Amino acid sequence: MQQIINFLIRYKIFLLYLLLLFISLVFTFQSHSYHQSRFLNSANYVSGTIYAFFDNTTSYFGLREENERLLRENQRLRYQLYNKKPEAIQPLDSLERNYLVVRGRVIKNSYADQRNYITINKGRKDSVEQDMGVITTRGILGIVENTSNGFSTVQSILNEKSNINAKIKNSNHFGSLIWDSKDYNTVQLIDIPRLVQLTIGDTIVTGAMSSIFPENIPIGIIKKFDLDTSKNFYRIDVSLFNDMTNINNVYIIKNLNREEILELQEETESNDQ
Amino acid sequence: MINSTFFINVLRFVLLILVQVLVFNRLNFFGFINPMVYVLFLYWYPIKKNRTTFILICFLLGLLIDVFSDTMALNAAATVTIAYLRPSIMRFVFGVNYEFQSFKLNSATKAQQFTFLALLIVVHHVIYFTLEIFSFANVLLIFKKSIAIGTASIILCLLFSSLFSTRKE
Repeated sequence: MQQIINFLIRYKIFLLYLLLLFISLVFTFQSHSYHQSRFLNSANYVSGTIYAFFDNTTSYFGLREENERLLRENQRLRYQLYNKKPEAIQPLDSLERNYLVVRGRVIKNSYADQRNYITINKGRKDSVEQDMGVITTRGILGIVENTSNGFSTVQSILNEKSNINAKIKNSNHFGSLIWDSKDYNTVQLIDIPRLVQLTIGDTIVTGAMSSIFPENIPIGIIKKFDLDTSKNFYRIDVSLFNDMTNINNVYIIKNLNREEILELQEETESNDQ
Repeated sequence: MINSTFFINVLRFVLLILVQVLVFNRLNFFGFINPMVYVLFLYWYPIKKNRTTFILICFLLGLLIDVFSDTMALNAAATVTIAYLRPSIMRFVFGVNYEFQSFKLNSATKAQQFTFLALLIVVHHVIYFTLEIFSFANVLLIFKKSIAIGTASIILCLLFSSLFSTRKE
């Protein structure tokens, strides 16, 4: 007993080091494979408030450009609205809605890491929840991962773990959108079958398989394509519409049917077995 | 005297975190270079202090940086390792000298100070990027990031340490 205690006292610093290293490695590898840690994320009160304060003072610099961007979006939406055929306009019945939209601001952005997360200034009290889609006026941005009362973190499409259903706009062939963590302007679309005709410059949009994003949200255009190692599928480099280094205003989208869809899928899967 | 060093260290702790997350994490020089200047805390921390508290403080420092920058616990792991290795690095750089009561960082030569800082940063960055990328297929990427970002960190830390150097007695 005496020897054990002596041993502990002699190596107490080494043991303390091992303990702390072990804790940090557990936190790290947990989020390698699954979700970001519930505790270690910037959607908490302290970091959120500091980032929001900093954003308040720096947001003035890009104001003119941001206004121009929003104006252009309004122009496009008004054009669509006024040129719609009258019978196509649905009554604004709250039972017929499929999506809710919340607006937000990016208060922290990163794109230099392997797993990039964005922090936005909307949280649970603005009814933002995990697994809601986040887009900008130009295209897709990411998926909400953690929320606190006033803030949330968004798993950016520039994240190794990101995997989003996407398709080619003209032909409706769909695949998965991933990121190889090399270039922050380019993401990869995989699992597109070999027989599909591809042209450089084709538009890529979100697919209908996703229960997170509405269909046809722009993502980017085809920059380069090549067959993958199995020679049966294409691996397409997609250059993004979004400038990921300069993002200010975002929309957070809630699919009101998501729970029902997930429930159905689960039911089908359990029936199969 | 004890109170003033305590106060200075608390101030450094807070300021280095804020500078790191609000300024240097947004630098994105060449698209990926974000120098890590908070390693200076370990460079400046008094030598004669209790090692247990030192390791705990460094773990907390790394963890707070992680919380702000959404990097899981990578900074905590890297920082706690260099905190544990610091005495060995010092013995390597300064020789047995540093165990004397009168030893001060300022009394060491410029070359020794530089080596000490560089070793801290190199070990920190290699551990950080190995854990971040964590695949043997990407060893080259680990090297590239460690070298590029490590160089940037060393340059900025040298600038900072000469800017805020304590007065020579």
